[in-house]
Amino acid sequence: MDNHSTTPVDPRVLTVMLPYFSERFGNAASASHAFGWEAQRAVDEARAQIARLLHADSEEITFTSGATESNNLALKGVVQRYREKGRHIITVATEHKSVLDVAKRLEEEGVEVTYLPVASDGLISPDDVAAAMTDKTILISVMLANNEIGVIQPIAEIGEIARRRGVLLHCDGAQGVGKIPVDVREMGIDLLSFSAHKMYGPKGIGALYVRKQSPRLRLVPLIEGGGHERGMRSGTLNVPAVVGFGTACAICEKEMPMEGIRLTEMRTRLKDQIFLSLEEVSLNGHPTRRLPGNLNMSFAYVEGESVLMGLPDIALSTGSACTSAAPEPSYVLRALGVPNSLAHASLRFGLGRFNTHEEVDYVAGRVTQVVRRLREASPLYETAKGAVQRA
Amino acid sequence: MKFTYLDHIAATPLLPEALEAMLPYLTEHFGNPKSRHGLGTRPRLRVAEARQAVAELIGATSPEIFFTASGSEANNMAIKGVVHAHKKKGNHIIASGVEHFSVAHPLKRLEREGYRVTWLPVDRCGRVSPLDVERTICPETTLVSIMHANNEIGTIQPVSEIAAITQKAGVYFHSDMVATAGIIPIDIGVLGVDLAAISAQSFGGPKGVGVLYIRRGVRLAPIIEGGVQEDGRRAGTENVAGISGMGAAALYAKAHLGAEGERLAGLCHLLTQGLLKQVPLLHATGDPHRRLPHVASFAVEFTDGEALIRTLEQHGIFAASGSSCSADALKISPVLTAMGIPANIAQGAVVFSLGAGTTEADISTLLSVFPECVERLRQVSPLYRAHMRRVA
Repeated sequence: MDNHSTTPVDPRVLTVMLPYFSERFGNAASASHAFGWEAQRAVDEARAQIARLLHADSEEITFTSGATESNNLALKGVVQRYREKGRHIITVATEHKSVLDVAKRLEEEGVEVTYLPVASDGLISPDDVAAAMTDKTILISVMLANNEIGVIQPIAEIGEIARRRGVLLHCDGAQGVGKIPVDVREMGIDLLSFSAHKMYGPKGIGALYVRKQSPRLRLVPLIEGGGHERGMRSGTLNVPAVVGFGTACAICEKEMPMEGIRLTEMRTRLKDQIFLSLEEVSLNGHPTRRLPGNLNMSFAYVEGESVLMGLPDIALSTGSACTSAAPEPSYVLRALGVPNSLAHASLRFGLGRFNTHEEVDYVAGRVTQVVRRLREASPLYETAKGAVQRA
Repeated sequence: MKFTYLDHIAATPLLPEALEAMLPYLTEHFGNPKSRHGLGTRPRLRVAEARQAVAELIGATSPEIFFTASGSEANNMAIKGVVHAHKKKGNHIIASGVEHFSVAHPLKRLEREGYRVTWLPVDRCGRVSPLDVERTICPETTLVSIMHANNEIGTIQPVSEIAAITQKAGVYFHSDMVATAGIIPIDIGVLGVDLAAISAQSFGGPKGVGVLYIRRGVRLAPIIEGGVQEDGRRAGTENVAGISGMGAAALYAKAHLGAEGERLAGLCHLLTQGLLKQVPLLHATGDPHRRLPHVASFAVEFTDGEALIRTLEQHGIFAASGSSCSADALKISPVLTAMGIPANIAQGAVVFSLGAGTTEADISTLLSVFPECVERLRQVSPLYRAHMRRVA
């Protein structure tokens, strides 16, 4: 139940990839012979499938190695390309590290960065975005859905503000694309990062949507060379992965409505069972404006890490895998104003396509059991309970 | 029709060993190596194993191996990373005039940003002179970037001689080894470079994975950041399946490249001698001795390389007229131009690159149809007819 970290490759995706590992091994850039044409055709088809999921055009999809690269390309590429226009960007305190770390690097290079705060439900206010804008603002970067608390930001409203002020909007869609509907035109998104391995496709492939008209965007590339991807990102295309990515998107497009309902149902069931059997549990993030598969809860008086150790057979996490080497409490929960003690006591549940109702019941039961056991051994919990009883 | 595939530089079929090493990580072991729960364990161990295998392939240690998404990315990372991290020292870079686009284009961008790049000439064989490197190094030089071998002409550069010079001068040396790693034996310590770019697909590994070798102690600014992966030097969830496939291909290459190199060099010799004997006005390009074992390259006078490739394809033979990375963009190879080959000859470039599946029968097939393909094209060339009248 850690589908925010990564997802298994859907067997239907793997099936379409396999021939491109063996007999169809051509280089999509070999324009002069049939092996290359075959690869090129497969890449074109995948690009169209991916574009369809976003209501974009094929030519607006640039393949990368993943959302982290896409985020780097979007932020650095825009800042370098439009530096004459201004040197101010706006982002949010709860963004993924691949946005925040890049923003920090840009600050070192003299770019002014505003980090917007979020409310206690994890949402940003479009008014704050409007208020933070100056004549020098060139870019706003706001994630579609958060990787820890699943909260879905009001992108369309921010898009409208950005559009009115002639500022570009980048959106990190790594968690949201494929899970909730995205329409880049309607939402006013100019750049959108996303990754196949968060939507049942392979690792090592992602994309950046780059708007091609009104306005037509140009970026300074991170990786230059043979001029693949219209000069935006050089390097031989990973054809099998591209093909798998396309199919993953096509499946998401088709199954998203039903899958969303099913995951929301399972999430509610998980939440209700835990809430019913344990006290002093709190939900982190907005109760409904969140990804269907996401649940993030704090269990007072226990360490999230200790709960995980008590559940060796269940794949869960306390937060982002990308920062999991750091023992600090989640900066996302801290930004919501969750006190340190509760931030340390959090668990992230990421339900996905291949989870079942039985697993939900099993996980709810096991988590309850382990939390109870840890609390019984906790002097803090004993003291608190005593105080309640005395009162 | 049976195919004769002689374009292994553009794309090499995945080794069965590599595919087998990839599949478990596309299915049951799909976990994120950075996850601390059980699903992260196997992928994490496999990435470490693969890193070790790549390290052994080039005689490095595994902490010096950093996975990227391609050889192009590794070249960009090396060049931009070193130059930006050491800009206080100076703004001068040295490179050869025959580098791959993924080296040349980042350098051209740096030139636009105010850096000074010295583009070294090459001789008729496509070789850089170490003396030129020595002469152009100055106190402001931060990086020398010279490829190990060029895959359009097969020429191997005097890398260790250049490294001796850069080491003495205290300048970092990056080498694009996409064409050589996994093909010829490499001991990175003996070669003496500080950074080297490698691509898995050059030696039967999957597309979408590369490596930058960074000698211990070399500082560079990352180009993709925002995660703890690859020691913080290259962020982004690891392409575990791809990395696993690269590891398996590296292991295979290490065991086989010696014998395979000899076999391919033998086939290339057969091919080259055959063509030189049968086709007049045909020149072998590159260094005749210090060259890649699997690349045979030519310039055919009074012939258009692209047209020749298409004619060969009608006979089921697949070859290239230059780098596939530039096939769309250019008529005349900048590499051949840098070697001083006149445009009218360089436009007849054709490159055959051999691989594991190539046999002597493939070479015979090529030799039996190549002369008539050339002849057919020349017959419709007014320049050729004029030339024949002159010599007649």
